Amino acid sequence: MSFRLSYRADPGNPWFSWQYVRDNSDTILAAVREHASLTGRAVLIAVLIALPLSVLAYWVRPLAGPILGVTGVIYTIPSLALFAFIAPYLGTGATTVLVGLVLYALLLIVRNVVAGLNQVPPEVGEAAEGMGYGRWRRLFRIDLPLAIPGILTGLRLATVSTVALVTVGVLVGHGGLGQLIFAGFQNNLYKAEIMTGTVLCVALAVLLDLLLVLVGRLLTPWSARGVR
Amino acid sequence: MSAAANPVHQAVLWLNDPLNWSNPGGILDRLGEHLTISALAVALGCLVAWPVGLWLGHTGRGGGLVVLVSNATLAIPTLALLTILPLTFLGFGRTPVVVALAVFAVPPLLANAYTGVRQADPEARDAARGMGLSGGQLLRRVELPLAVPYLAAGFRTAAVQVIATTALASFVNGGGLGEIIRTGFGLSIAAGGGQIVAGGVLVAGLALLAELLLGIVERLVTPRPLRRGRQRAGRPRPADATGRA
Repeated sequence: MSFRLSYRADPGNPWFSWQYVRDNSDTILAAVREHASLTGRAVLIAVLIALPLSVLAYWVRPLAGPILGVTGVIYTIPSLALFAFIAPYLGTGATTVLVGLVLYALLLIVRNVVAGLNQVPPEVGEAAEGMGYGRWRRLFRIDLPLAIPGILTGLRLATVSTVALVTVGVLVGHGGLGQLIFAGFQNNLYKAEIMTGTVLCVALAVLLDLLLVLVGRLLTPWSARGVR
Repeated sequence: MSAAANPVHQAVLWLNDPLNWSNPGGILDRLGEHLTISALAVALGCLVAWPVGLWLGHTGRGGGLVVLVSNATLAIPTLALLTILPLTFLGFGRTPVVVALAVFAVPPLLANAYTGVRQADPEARDAARGMGLSGGQLLRRVELPLAVPYLAAGFRTAAVQVIATTALASFVNGGGLGEIIRTGFGLSIAAGGGQIVAGGVLVAGLALLAELLLGIVERLVTPRPLRRGRQRAGRPRPADATGRA
């Protein structure tokens, strides 16, 4: 391709530069890796916490309000403030970022899973009970499978917003691709570095989102139109 | 961990020092900046999103566009917009910060304006048509008043979101309460722990206060019969959860 020419023609501060990408491939890859790993771990942990919480809210109606309320208040706290509360206790490591990300993802997953569970038609539940299904068997064989669209919506929202939110981790030096964006800004407004970080960040979000859509299609073969 | 000497206690001490409030660049200065930036961003967002949303809802087209805008902004990191916009024709200063934050105010405003008009009772619309109202009159005298609760819900979501996001303006030295947290981190955790937590309390308190006050406003402008039956989730899902930052 013509990247060499365009590099020579644009010696100043281009929006994109292969030269930059090649010279800094190690840094960029490390940033992508940290970004993806933080996102993956945060969403995974959030799911492990959110699923039992959602089932609890589904089974014990009086708890639904408080569970959604508390996760909602946490979600309202600005990310910078949340990191500020966590950092003095957990230090300026990736753990601080991880805890903050998990807390944010909770609401998105809980709300959508609860909505998904509530959409299970009551007749189906009654039929299952009539067939002698116990509470747990009904949960795993009927309720959760039928709630998959809701669960996936929650997962997709949580994943995409987590990818964007990781960048705020630059506050404690672990912002994944946010480190590139921020370093570019501080490094005499180096556009190529800022843009590379941004594009990779958006690309990661889109990629993970498509992946989840695909998983949703595979998990719900009965819905011809797929998830959402 | 005892070296951290209880950051909460330090934070109380820091907040109790009057100089931290009144100094140049102190809490009051930062609060003023924060509110100014947020207000400008929300106003700009309303100016763009409401007319477009109302019009799309009125014509019944563009539902896909609304969802697309929501999803797109969800994936864009706030930090990216805050750093990129100053490098464009907008130049440095307050303008790019306000524009960047307004971008994230648009989805909830747009989606709720659209849904608000869409959900207007078709019978009311037909009756207005029968009375001879033109399209513009219909929008202004029937659909718009019926959409007010939705506009208020969107306004609350957008305003709280912008107030939260304004804290990130500090990354590009844009001012606001986030600067207090950033300065604290500049001092290292041991020395600035109190200030970090204090800044967090201020930022979170402002966001929660805005949520509370605008929730009351939203209730007041919602006619009584609509308060119970209508769920706040009556808007498209993705718009409900625009990338919080």
